[in-house]
Order: sequence, then C-alpha cells, then structure tokens
Amino acid sequence: MMNLTLKIWRQKDANSKGQMVDYKVTEISGHMSFLEMMDVLNEQLINTGEEPVAFDHDCREGICGMCSMYINGEAHGPDRGVTTCQLHMRMFKDGDTITIEPFRASAFPVIKDLVVDRESFERIQHAGGFVSVNTSGNTQDANAIPISKIAADEAMDAAACIGCGACVATCKNSSAMLFVGAKVSQYALLPQGQVEAKERVLSMVAQMDKEGFGNCTNTGACEVECPKGISLENIARMNREYIKASV
Amino acid sequence: MSGLLSSSIARKFAMALSALFLVFFLLMHVSINLLSVFSEDAFNTASHFMGTNPLIQFVMQPVLMLGVLFHFILGFILEIRNRKAQVVKYAQNNGAANSTWMSRNMIYSGLVILLFLAVHFVDFWFPEMNYKYIQGNPEDPTRYYHELVEHFQNPIKVGIYVLAFIFLALHLLHGFQSAFQSMGANNRKYTPGIKKFTMGYAIVVPAVFILIVLFHFLNH
Ligand code: HEM
Ligand code: SF4
Ligand code: FES
Repeated sequence: MMNLTLKIWRQKDANSKGQMVDYKVTEISGHMSFLEMMDVLNEQLINTGEEPVAFDHDCREGICGMCSMYINGEAHGPDRGVTTCQLHMRMFKDGDTITIEPFRASAFPVIKDLVVDRESFERIQHAGGFVSVNTSGNTQDANAIPISKIAADEAMDAAACIGCGACVATCKNSSAMLFVGAKVSQYALLPQGQVEAKERVLSMVAQMDKEGFGNCTNTGACEVECPKGISLENIARMNREYIKASV
Repeated sequence: MSGLLSSSIARKFAMALSALFLVFFLLMHVSINLLSVFSEDAFNTASHFMGTNPLIQFVMQPVLMLGVLFHFILGFILEIRNRKAQVVKYAQNNGAANSTWMSRNMIYSGLVILLFLAVHFVDFWFPEMNYKYIQGNPEDPTRYYHELVEHFQNPIKVGIYVLAFIFLALHLLHGFQSAFQSMGANNRKYTPGIKKFTMGYAIVVPAVFILIVLFHFLNH
C-alpha cells in the first residue's frame, strides 16, 4: 500500500487561470490503475465537500483514447505502450510525489482541470480521414481485392492509432504529424484509399496547419510516448504522399 | 507565409534541402582545409582556384550565402511557429525520457553556429573581399597558407573555433539524419544505415576541422 502526494492542475473553466494544487492519497494498491487512484482521490474530495478533479475517460481499457494526462513529465506517465487507464500504480513507490497536468498544446485548449478539447483532431479527420464508399447493399466483397500481407499489416498498424493526442502533448512543437501520418497511411497503403489519396493528404495537412499544431522537427518523442506504437515511418510516408500530391 | 512554403510539410522539405546543401558544402570545405595539413602548395593551389574561379566566386559563393541565410531564417520562423503552438508550458516535462538533447536544442546549436559564422566572416571573408575586390591587390597564389596559419596562433581564437565545431557536431548529430526523414526517406531497410552514416559524418567532419585548427596552433 502506498501513500502519495499528488500535484494536480486545477482550472475552473476554459477562461480561468489555473494552478497546481497538492493533495494526499493513502492506501493505494499497486494493482490499481492510475484512473482508479484518481477515483480514490475524487471520493475523498466529494466526502469533504470539495470539487472533484475533472478528467476524461471512457473505456478504461486503452481503446477510446480519452484519458489524457501528463504524468511526471510524460504523456500517459512513465510506462511504455500504455494509456493512462492502463498505467498501473505499481510503477510508483510509497512516498512519491506525482505531477499530473492536462495535455498542453494551443490546439488542445483546457476546458476544466485535466480535460482538454481535442476537437481539432475531429476536424482533421473530417477533412479527409475516410474513404467514400457506396453502402447501398451491392458493395463488392473486400477479399476480392488482392492486398499484399506487408501492406495489410502496415495499414493495420497505422489504423491502431486511437487519436489520444499523446503525440501532440509530448512534442516540444505540439506537432500532430504522428496522428495525421497514421491516418493518411492507413489509407495510402491500401488500394481502396488510392482514389481519394491526393485530396486526402492535402486537405488533412491543410486542416492540421490551420488548427495551429506546430512543425515536426523529428525529435521522435511522439513515437516513444504513443500508446499504440505508431512509427515515425508514417510521418515519412505522409511527407512522401504530400510531396507526390503537390507536384 | 504564402505559396511554396505555405504548408508545414513544404517548410520541412525546404529546411531539409537547404541543410543537405550545407552538409555537402561542409564536406568540400573540410577537404580543402585538410590539404593544409599535408602540403602548403596543394592548399595554396586549391585556395587560389576557389578564390579566383569566376564560377565559384560569382555563382557558387552567392548560392552558398543564400543557402545559409535561407536555412537559418527558416529555422527561426519554424522556432517561432512552434513556440506559438504550445504557449502554456508544463510544470514538469521529462524530455530526456523520449528524445535526445540534440533534437530538442537545434535552435541553440544553430545559434552558436550562426555566431561562429560571424566570427569566421570577420576572420577570413571580409579581409579576403577587401584584399581582392576593394584594395584590388594583385593575386598572389602563395598567400593563403600563411593567412590560414596566422589566424590560429591565438589560443582564444582556437578555443572559439573548437567550441563552435563541437556545436556543429551536435547540430548535425540530429540534423543530418532528420533531413532524410523530413524528405520522406524512411525505410526499414535503409534507415539504420543512413543513421549510422550521418552520425559518422556528424562526428568525423567537425573532428577533422578541430584537428586541423589544433595542428596549425601547435605546429607553428
Ligand atoms: C554550416 C552550417 C549548418 C549546417 C550544415 C546545418 C545543418 C542542418 C541540418 C542537416 C538540419 C536538419 C534538417 C531537417 O531536419 O530537415 C538542420 C536543421 C536546423 N538548423 Fe541547421 N545547419 C547549419 C547552420 C544553422 C544555423 C546557422 C542555424 C541558425 C539558427 C540553424 C538552425 C537550424 C534549426 C532551427 C534546425 C531545425 C529545423 C528542423 O529540424 O526542422 N542551422 N540544420
Ligand atoms: S499516433 Fe499514437 S499518440 Fe498520436 S493520437 Fe494516435 S495513438 Fe495517440
Ligand atoms: S479511458 Fe479509454 S483509452 Fe483510457
């Protein structure tokens, strides 16, 4: 069982100035997930009549990408290949002080406490992160189109992106290129994606720039912090697709 | 920004192109300098050629100036845009957990190189322009070696050059391999080799520059 000090960013709403506030939690088990530890804190705050800490979460199993937290200076905390909901408290020691902040990026404004607005990602998706298919009932069987195993695997790897925004949060430039690279790649690798490939990469990148994400300088931090292991190769592929579509 | 450099990816691509051009130039520069260690005559001949050939003087030299200008001005623009993309900073940020110091501090290593370029221009380029084009002195093909050696007798000057080359190495350790990624060249088969090659270049080329400076300092 652990006793911990938490330093948490508290901010009343989008327009207020926030600040770091210290809290103590006791009797935390190493088997708990980080969000369960946050639940313990919030129970405590509710019991003492204080405002609980607002944070995003939904699936609590690494799928929805909602649980955005910057823990001890890293997106989703110190573990690799996990979201905050998959982070175990056994990664910490009794007596530790844990700093918990919202994801920081001009394109991800804070709404309240640890909750940020990631609509900018939605707008990038709307700009081209889809294939226009006819679903009228006479669609062709997908298996009728031959696809190489390598392309299928790489497309599947790119499609594993859950849009959590850890790549942006961790990037010193708040660049969204890993996310957009993954979204562009998952279609660029497959024949079904070819038809709209040009417009897709051009309009998704244009939307990304419009949202105020920064410029990638290839630090590679995103790839390390991404809970889904999205590779930098996807950014290079997006760059190639973009250059191909521009000339 | 408008037109060609209006998108983030186009700016990355332009940055990488200008950088690769500078990397290529650096290789030429170090090769000629290296001659000075082995043969006074060879160094003089090469320098005389570089200093008097009209193609090099009036085409390549301005292209190089523009290349350097373009590279660091675009570098500043990128830095300003990137700072705007994250206005509120983290109370605690563990950059070392996921990226190299070099990759996070390109603007600072670049700034040191820029300051060094100013020193380097005052040392060599201004006197050279003055000698040739303002004073209109007759060309003496044997003068280059002595001019070079003279500059590296002052220990402070030698220190400045050595320090600058260390920062150049830091800049290139991240920058050279990064330029390939920026241009879309990332491939499971070739990227490991590219990384090894660019790291070798980033260490060997500045190291040779340093050794040349130390050679003339200690030898005369
Ligand atoms: C001979 C001198 C120089 C060489 C050989 C050089 C080389 C490089 C290379 C190879 C890159 C990587 C490009 C990319 O990732 O696409 C780079 C990036 C950069 N350089 Fe230089 N550079 C030099 C001078 C300078 C100077 C004087 C500055 C002035 C501040 C500067 C600032 C930057 C910045 C900020 C970046 C990061 C941009 C990015 O990664 O996207 N560099 N440089
Ligand atoms: S690329 Fe990775 S870190 Fe970025 S949004 Fe997708 S899953 Fe999250
Ligand atoms: S709550 Fe869904 S990924 Fe963490």
